Amino acid sequence: MAGVVKPSDNEDRPADAASPAGEMEAGLALPASNATPPDPALVALHRFGLGARPGDDFGKIAADPRGYLKAELGRQDIALISPDDPKNAGLLDSTAAIQASMAAAMERKAARDEKAAAAMQPMAADDPAGTAVAKAKPAVPRVEADIYRHEAQARFDKALAATPGFVERLVGFWSNHFCVSVAKAPVVRASAGAFEREAIRPFVLGRFADMLLAVEHHPAMLFYLDNQQSIGPDSRAGKRRGRGLNENLAREILELHTLGVGSGYAQADVTSFAGMLTGWTMAGREGRLGEPGTFVFNANAHQPGEAMLLGKTYPGGGMGQAETALNDIARHPATARHIATKLARHFIADDPPPAAVARLAAVFTKTDGDLRSMALTLIDMPEAWATPLTKLRSPMDYVVALRRAVGPTAGNEPQRSLRWLNVLGQPLWQPPGPNGFSDQTDAWASAEGLKTRLDIAWQAAKQANDIGDPDEMLASLIGTSVSAETRQAISRAESKQQGLALLLMAPEFQRR
Amino acid sequence: MSLLCEIPNPSRRAVLMSGGALFAWAFLPRFARAADKRDPRLIVIVMRGALDGLSTVGPVGDPDYAGLHGDIALSLSGANPALPLDGFFAVNPAMPVFARLFRAGQAAVVHAAATGYRDRSHFDGQDVLESGLPGPGNATTGWLNRALAGLPAGERVAKLGGLAVGPSTPLVIRGAAPVLGWAPQALPTPGDALAERVLDLYNHRDPVLAAALQKGLDADRMATGDQLDGETMKPKGGLGNAAGMRQSAQGAARLMAADDGPRIAALAFDGWDTHVNEGGATGRLANLLGGLDGAFEEFEKGLGERWQDTAIVAITEFGRTARINGTVGTDHGTGTVVLLAGGAIKGGRVIADWPGLKPAQLYEQRDLAPTSDVRAVLKGLLADQYGLSAAMLGDKVFPESAAVKPMRDLVA
Repeated sequence: MAGVVKPSDNEDRPADAASPAGEMEAGLALPASNATPPDPALVALHRFGLGARPGDDFGKIAADPRGYLKAELGRQDIALISPDDPKNAGLLDSTAAIQASMAAAMERKAARDEKAAAAMQPMAADDPAGTAVAKAKPAVPRVEADIYRHEAQARFDKALAATPGFVERLVGFWSNHFCVSVAKAPVVRASAGAFEREAIRPFVLGRFADMLLAVEHHPAMLFYLDNQQSIGPDSRAGKRRGRGLNENLAREILELHTLGVGSGYAQADVTSFAGMLTGWTMAGREGRLGEPGTFVFNANAHQPGEAMLLGKTYPGGGMGQAETALNDIARHPATARHIATKLARHFIADDPPPAAVARLAAVFTKTDGDLRSMALTLIDMPEAWATPLTKLRSPMDYVVALRRAVGPTAGNEPQRSLRWLNVLGQPLWQPPGPNGFSDQTDAWASAEGLKTRLDIAWQAAKQANDIGDPDEMLASLIGTSVSAETRQAISRAESKQQGLALLLMAPEFQRR
Repeated sequence: MSLLCEIPNPSRRAVLMSGGALFAWAFLPRFARAADKRDPRLIVIVMRGALDGLSTVGPVGDPDYAGLHGDIALSLSGANPALPLDGFFAVNPAMPVFARLFRAGQAAVVHAAATGYRDRSHFDGQDVLESGLPGPGNATTGWLNRALAGLPAGERVAKLGGLAVGPSTPLVIRGAAPVLGWAPQALPTPGDALAERVLDLYNHRDPVLAAALQKGLDADRMATGDQLDGETMKPKGGLGNAAGMRQSAQGAARLMAADDGPRIAALAFDGWDTHVNEGGATGRLANLLGGLDGAFEEFEKGLGERWQDTAIVAITEFGRTARINGTVGTDHGTGTVVLLAGGAIKGGRVIADWPGLKPAQLYEQRDLAPTSDVRAVLKGLLADQYGLSAAMLGDKVFPESAAVKPMRDLVA
């Protein structure tokens, strides 16, 4: 099938161009101390993990940092949020969550209708232009907000307990790669957490193709990218109802989830693939197609007949047609390059070393997209241990690292963390678009972002339950490679709170 | 929540001034006005997600429009009639402020416009729109920043730097020229002492973070300064909803109205990717357009007498399909609108070489065909407002675009 897709020269550009300019920029961004290879313990804890917790043994980690990371990968079901844990007992699977949201929507509608019926009586019919616009958006519905908060709590709990959190970082990476947004609709707010637990976590150390199939079958994704309403124009439903294709999901699968932009597909491929995906939908509230809130294939809405994608013909055959296509594009060389580039950018540098990208892509292809092999390759990469820690922690990683460092506080969780993420510009499961949040330092090292981090560090320090000696905290959270200036700033702090806030703002704590 | 509110905050201003404020606003003399008394401002609003130009400014006089745009087409009749701009075009009724400005000669539309980008990826399209480069890829700086950097050294507009509104800096204004960042205040603020110490540490260890933090602190001081009597603004939401758009414009206007505030600003509003149930005169798109309209109103109010020298341009990466899709929305398209507003705009005009909406007239038989280049509009504004030369614009600001001539006389 590959004949038509030309391996592009500029796939995720910085990787392929041996880019002296890029390296120079990265060099300028370096803190002055990072001319030598970084402390291996910090590489394990910051580059790969979610940061130290008081009591972590830097000496032991530094003695075998690769083994420390690999040990986490070896733990049974390490990526899963276990419903057996009493803390997680109330988590709903996506079907139950969506059904709860559907029921709540009905109640809200009934309440609205009642109110409208009461209010409409005396009102005149002519509505001056603009009043409809002025109506405030309703607040986030309560049922969905409760589910979302519960899911957020479970996610934070998991991240706070992880040692050292490499697997949670992988979960975050893939969750952002295959993102949905809770701003889309109440059913996505209700199911975004379940989506991550059901379609992402089981596969982060499994096969890419399996994750891809799970994601594209999931009601949260089908709803987020509008496929639940896409109808084959020549299908029975299409002819009867005069509705038709929505190409959103098809385009983003090709552009964002697999091949990558500029890898050679055309508008005709998008349209054709959208037709193949028609009928992939979520059963509605009435349950005509199946259990409400579950994935169903609606043959009545499926565009019949064979279809072309990237020069290959896929015979008509219902749901299997798009599944076969997904399995093909999951193994496409452009997908290998796309995923390799993004992983290297996330874990190594904004402009990742081309050799590292090439090695990851080769492993992806050789192992049929085995993501455990990809994780091990990252750990064994010399570049990962030699490249200075120049990336800025993303807001999510910063908030988690800060909470791990500070321990329990007086703040009301998870609301406090969710609010921090909002003001930092990375609200949980709510990216601005289907390409997810930026993975580049430039996007987060903004004036407003740094100023907000200062506010957060101060709030966390003020609310900390019990602050030990800041100098000792420094040793147990950043280790021995800390700069003299940071050490001095903290030891001269005028209060423990200020010392802790300084630690949380130190370059060594911000960079990874 | 606000445990910190009891902390008095008397010395913050003094600390920041002595901390070597990047722009040192406080030390600048009140500068003399230029000979022509103009003190031009330029505000760029990037609408990310691809705006449906045909539902924003509808060609209600085109016989093919209603058929293509179906249930969401704007119309001069019905419960929510569109607001006529001329005999052919009418603006979405969610934008009464824009319609008023248009009638007053302070707003204009460029229709059937697109950048040079002809594929349909949001993210590449936004890269091209904001970087000003001829194609996607490797964009690290934006055209607005390069325009700032292209002003003569010592020019006051250049000296005052740019303003980026929101939690992260939009690509369009990223680059070498100094940029201030500001977003509506949302958390209690620590005392000056901590800020000073962190800055000092960054100045020694991490100059990049030092510069960013300094700018963030400066902007915060400017935007929430004395005018608010110490009361901080409460966040009303992100930049993807109407209240957030209005609020960010309010804060930006306050910063830009100051004699020593920035003259050039960039805002990015999200949420325009209306694949499903887009709505027409009411609904999802109309809600967002109401937010944009509110932003225009806040700038008009907040800039006061500076409004007369202000040009606002609202741009998007590409348009949407002319025909509605199978889900009463629109998919990614090509031609769309550029909206211009401000006292400096020579308004009351819809500028369009209208391509028509018959199947053969559509781009690839699906999108409004582009007949104006967005870069021509932007170049025209930069030339009219700041006197940038065609050579500078065609080479540095929008590289390899010499063939795209600036659209002149957009400014009165």
